[in-house]
Formats: sequence, C-alpha cells, structure tokens
Amino acid sequence: MSVETFEDAPETWRDVAKKAFKNRSFLVGLIITMIIISMALISFVWTPWSVIELDILEKLKKPSLEHWFGTDHFGRDIFSMVMVGARNSIAVALIAVGIGIVIGVPIGSWAAAKGGTFDELLMRSNDVIFAFPALLSAVMITAIFGPGAVNAIIAIGIFNIPVFARLARGAALSIWPREFILAARVAGKGKARITIEHILPNMANLLLVQGTIQFSLGILAEAGLSYVGLGTQPPLPSWGRMLNEAQTMMSFAPHMAIFPGLAIVVTVLGLNLLGDGLRDVLDPRLRRER
Amino acid sequence: MIHYLAKKLIFTALTLWVASMVIFALLEIVPGDPAQLMLGFNASADAVAQLRQQLGLDLPLPVRYFTWISGLLVGDFGVSYTYSVPVSELIGERLWVSLPLAFLALVLSTAIAIPVGIFSASRHGTRTDTSIMAFTQLGIAIPNFWFALLTVYIFAIWLQLVPAGGFPGWEDGLVKGLKSLILPAIALALPQAAILSRVTRSALLDVMGEDYIRTARAKGLSARSVLWQHALRNALIPVLTIMGLQFAFLLAGTIIIENVFYLPGLGRLIFQAITQRDLIVVESVVILLVATVILINLLVDLTYAVVDPRLRHSVGRSTT
Repeated sequence: MSVETFEDAPETWRDVAKKAFKNRSFLVGLIITMIIISMALISFVWTPWSVIELDILEKLKKPSLEHWFGTDHFGRDIFSMVMVGARNSIAVALIAVGIGIVIGVPIGSWAAAKGGTFDELLMRSNDVIFAFPALLSAVMITAIFGPGAVNAIIAIGIFNIPVFARLARGAALSIWPREFILAARVAGKGKARITIEHILPNMANLLLVQGTIQFSLGILAEAGLSYVGLGTQPPLPSWGRMLNEAQTMMSFAPHMAIFPGLAIVVTVLGLNLLGDGLRDVLDPRLRRER
Repeated sequence: MIHYLAKKLIFTALTLWVASMVIFALLEIVPGDPAQLMLGFNASADAVAQLRQQLGLDLPLPVRYFTWISGLLVGDFGVSYTYSVPVSELIGERLWVSLPLAFLALVLSTAIAIPVGIFSASRHGTRTDTSIMAFTQLGIAIPNFWFALLTVYIFAIWLQLVPAGGFPGWEDGLVKGLKSLILPAIALALPQAAILSRVTRSALLDVMGEDYIRTARAKGLSARSVLWQHALRNALIPVLTIMGLQFAFLLAGTIIIENVFYLPGLGRLIFQAITQRDLIVVESVVILLVATVILINLLVDLTYAVVDPRLRHSVGRSTT
C-alpha cells in the first residue's frame, strides 16, 4: 500500500469532528458500532433471559414479542445469546488488533529507522507470514494449542502483526525525509526519540483506520473459528458456534441461523463503514477502494 | 530483467524454505503421539515404540525434516499414519473436489464482478453507482459460511434444486458433480465478487482520469468506445492481480466451506488429519497450500514486471 505524506497545515480536532459528522459512512458506521458495543456492555449486567439456564419446554420457539429472535434447541433466548456473543466477538477481535499494534508498530517503525539488513529481514519475514492463508494458519494454531477464545486471539493476533509492521514501516519511511524530522535530528535527537515523539503521533490516523479494518476482519475470523469448533467454547455463547449449532436445524428452525449471522453482518458492515468514513475524514488522499 | 527475475526466484525459494520449517516446527509441538493414537491407549509400550520406529518418529528432528523435505521435492509426501496410503494419493483424490470448487468460485466471482464493476464505473457518481457500492459493502461483510447456510436453506431445503451436501464423485457424471459444487462455489464467490467489483470499478475510474483518455475523448471518441477500447484493457492489470491472489484465498476458503457442505476435499482432509494427529498429512496439505500462495504471488509479481518496466529497474527502498 502506498502511503502519502501528510497535510502540512495541521487540523484541529474541531475541524476533524465537523468533517466526520458530515460524512455519512462515518456516521452510520459509528452508530452501528456503538449499538453493538452497548449491547455487549449491557449483557454484562442484564440480558432479557438467562443464557445458561435451559428451558426445554420453550425450545425452538419462533420469534415473538416474548423472545424477539426466538429460542434455540435448548430453549435459550437467541436475542440474549446474541448480546452475550457480541462481547466474545468484540473481545477476541479487539485484543487481536491490540496484539498487532503493540508488536507490529514498534517492529515496523524500528525497521524504517534502522534500514539495512534488519529492514530487509523484517520485510522477508513478513512475506513468509503473508504466504500462510490466515484462515488455514488460524485453524492450525487453534488445533495445535487447543480450541478456545485465548488461542483464537493469538491465532488472529499473529496475522495482525505483519499488517501493522508493514503499515508502520511504510508510514515511517514517508515521514522520515520531512523537514520537521530533519530539524529534530539537527537538534540532536536520537532515532528512538524521534520515532516516539514525531513519527508515531504522525501515523496515528493510519493506525486508527487500519485498526478498524483489522477489527472487522477479526470478527469474521473469530466467527469462522467458532463455527468449526475452534473458537469460544461452551457454555459461553458465540455467534460462530450458534451458527454451527443451527446448521442441523436449518429445515425446521431457520431463525437459529438467521439472527447470529445477521449480527455478524451488521457488526462487520458497521466497522467497515466506520473505517471508510475515518479514512475519508482523517486523510482523503489515502482513500482506497477495498 | 534477468537480475529482477533471479532476485524474485531466490526470495521465493527462501520464503518456501522458511515456511516449510515453520510448518514442520509448529506440528512438532502438537500434543499427542501419532503412534499411540494409531494403536490406541491400551497398546503396549513395546508396540508403540516399534511403530514409532517404523514411522521414523524416533529419528532426530533435523533428519526427519530433511527426509520430509527431500521427499516433497520429488513428489513423495510419505504415507498417511491413519489411512496407510501414500499422502500424494490422498491429496490427489481430494484435489479433484477442492480445485474445481476453487476454479468454479473464481469463474463465478469474475463473471459477476467485472460486469458489475464496469457498469458501476460507467455510472460513476449516480444513484445506481452508490447502490451497487452499498451492495458490495454488504457482500464483503457477509461471512461465507453463513451465506452457505442460507443458500442451503433456500435452494436445497426449500426449493430442493440441489443437494444440501456431500459429493457423489465425478464418476456419476459432470452434471451431478457440478450440482454438488454449485452452492459451495456461490458461497465462496460472493465476498470475493464484492471485493473484485470494487477493485474493477476503482481501477477503471483511475484509468479514466488519465491524460491519454482525455486525448482519446478530445479526438472525438465516444465515452463508450473510450471505456471499451482504451480504459478497460489498462484497468484489467490490477484486476488480474487481485484475481490471482483471490484464487489462493479461495483455495484456503474451502477449508470452512467444505465443512458446511460435507465435501471430501482438502479442507475436510486437513480437519480430519488434525483430529487424528495424522501429522504427515497436515504438513503436506499446509505446505501445498502455502506453496500455491507463494507461487501465485511470484506470478503476480512477474506479470507486473512484464507490464510495468519501471518495477524491473526500481532501485532503493520501496514504501510497501
């Protein structure tokens, strides 16, 4: 991905906010994301029904006023399960993005600052990781270390590292030749200090945009892993596993598959719109169709 | 050009070599002894030791890695611990499901995406363009396995047009085989089509802004003929690149989709092999998929170099 240099005239937060609230993609994305995050947070203190208690008499009920999304084969309320599932998906994807940023950004920035063999070695290691289809490797890692949310986080997080390393390196390389960096060097600042004080703050926008994209990919990856039984484990509900359980009941209870799937679609759509909106708002020249 | 080619080939070989070591090392730390799993937990220690010796599991790690990798180079993938047949035979059988599935998905995705992308670009800025782009956003957000479940419900359970899962084999005829692969292929193709149509549209719009397009228009050519005669050919370069990368992605995507439709392809094979601790099968399938991705990346790079001579002569550090 090519990285352009940044606008010279600094924008105030007020300018950015004004632009953001005029951007439809950003607004819709933000509203959807806030709703999903609120649902996840509320589920810690309240859900319409318990997601652990089973009520066989209420099993496979179609959507109604009592059970908005219907009930599953154990009589559990699907809406409540979708709420609790949201926090698992969000937690896994968010921590995986965190891993990518915390490890990838220092590596990428360091490579850009040092250059030479280290830089070349880093880029070639990135190529090796990129050669592994993410899904295949995530399946391999969770299969090796055992299924579960923590291993799913590690499996998804590992693939975020080269993404952020490459992004940080590209951004840092475009910032290093600029005048204010030269001024900092003349002032006697070392490479590490310049990176922390000047390079990193200047790539924050890019990281925010990429973070949103990786977050949405993480939600999809977690759902895929849980669907094949390698992600979040029972009794905690997860959107992917709900779909797995729904598969054998598609012919008589399609609602069991429809609602968890819609939850994934809406969340990913919201995050993608938010990412697109942020990109437009924070740096229109980085606009790129995905 | 020769320098560029040699450099790319050396890097590709190095990447493949490192990837093979990573795969081998990862699978070495899998808990569970394949010999014990094959004989069952009641087997005597002697019998397990004997089987370990037969399978070569008692040899030092570097020797086992070398045996595996040198075998791979001559097409000998070893013998499956659980099926007791050559791994190459197992992979060969499964490829007859996974490869046609990935190809079919690629064809479908391209057949949908390119016309949609062109149409959207030709209506740039209109409500039609915005609506199409909104649909593609939706396509990207839909997990393929969920879409697969929905297609099963509509086309297999409700309309009963195609089977809900399984694969009868190609011996029963091409039509029957294709009927079993069509839903999985559609499910795989949808998100890819959404991405590819966005790429096609944006590549076309980029090209349409070039000076030579303006010249062609100034020469008196209609917008339509400029689009078809000049813009499309140039815009297809990034589209072809993405298509190459998507094929590798589709091949990996079959891992989950084959499980939705109970298709006996590479994806199911790798899942079964992981649960049975059939390490040699897992290693071989993973290295095969990874090698495919690496080689496709190489082809894409080389195609770029042929098309854009600036890349061949580029010096210094790139920002990508």
